[in-house]
Amino acid sequence: MASPGKFKDTDMQLIIGWILRGGVAVSMAVVVIGGLFFISHHGHSIANFSTFKGTPDFISTPKGVFENAFQLKGQAIIQLGIALLIATPILRVVFAAIGFILEKDHLYTLISIIVLLVIIVSMITGRIG
Amino acid sequence: MSVILFTIIIVIGAYFAGLLGSLTGLGGGFIIIPLLTLVRHVDIHYAIGASLVSVIATSSGAAAAYVKEGITNIRIGMFLEIATTAGAFTGAILAIYVPTTYIAVLFGVILIFSAIMSLRKKAEHIVSEQSPLVKRLKLGGTYPVDGEMVEYGVSNVTGGFFMMLFAGLISGLLGIGSGALKVIAMDSIMRIPFKVSTTTSNFMIGGTAAASAVVYFQRGYIHPAIAMPVVIGVLFGALSGSKILVNATSSNWMRWTFAIIVTLIATQMIYNGIAGKI
Repeated sequence: MASPGKFKDTDMQLIIGWILRGGVAVSMAVVVIGGLFFISHHGHSIANFSTFKGTPDFISTPKGVFENAFQLKGQAIIQLGIALLIATPILRVVFAAIGFILEKDHLYTLISIIVLLVIIVSMITGRIG
Repeated sequence: MSVILFTIIIVIGAYFAGLLGSLTGLGGGFIIIPLLTLVRHVDIHYAIGASLVSVIATSSGAAAAYVKEGITNIRIGMFLEIATTAGAFTGAILAIYVPTTYIAVLFGVILIFSAIMSLRKKAEHIVSEQSPLVKRLKLGGTYPVDGEMVEYGVSNVTGGFFMMLFAGLISGLLGIGSGALKVIAMDSIMRIPFKVSTTTSNFMIGGTAAASAVVYFQRGYIHPAIAMPVVIGVLFGALSGSKILVNATSSNWMRWTFAIIVTLIATQMIYNGIAGKI
């Protein structure tokens, strides 16, 4: 990779492409593994989603998702994979911001940070509201 | 129905949704939401949550390739993402309060509109216009045409920005990528070359969807038992679709057939929405 002073748009393109591809691959692998655990344990339970009841209680908090994923509970592993998937484009924004800092492009550093702030506000509001 | 049967049916259905979404350029969400709600009677909020997750997977996967090829304009994408993420956040909050009847009808209307847009002739146009605002935001760029780098400008930034607010709102409210609206903003309003518009739209869809997905995720709209088969099926369907597209250019009759199928599905959504069945 180029030294920080010579960081160019093409370097950023490579890194962003790599993050997007890697993020999708890793998160999908986690979702598939979770799916296999889920089906092997609950394959013969009844699936009925005609009324909205939210998600099961044990994965309704980030703490619950983590703890139950490490106890190999299928739905918690799937949820962890989905969280990684959602994080992928957010990580892409973070790396774009870093790239613009290295390019000394102050305007686009600011723009990237504004996009990140909107997503963070959305994250916080989603929990409170 | 047992979990295993439900999963198998949804994976197969989602595969064809992803395939059709990729071939038409409409995206997988457009087919998966009617499939879940009309055929499998899944609550529309769960359907929207699952669709949104699949949108992130397919758009990020496709964007990775385009970004490396240097067609995507990252600056235009980042700048307009201010509008789409703000819109998506608003849409996700609105989705909690808007009755499902209205959501279903709006979904049908946007679906028909997008189907018509997919029939439009795609003329490549390049403007050399560079207003002071465009220059200040460094929005103009170059992109490869037959191995040569061609320079392009951007017009009507304000108009495009407002259209992107709307595109984000629809994405957050309905759980779709709303790629058709994003392309209108960039191609028709801002006069950005079509290839750059579509790839940059794809690049933005993931970030936009993430802004509303963080709300949906915390509110329990994203159920693992539904999102898992949907995201797996749609992603592999979209991958197959992109392989087919490389080998064959979509013919006229094919696009018309898709547009008619999509319009029929959309009418079903509107009817069921008004009848209160969703």
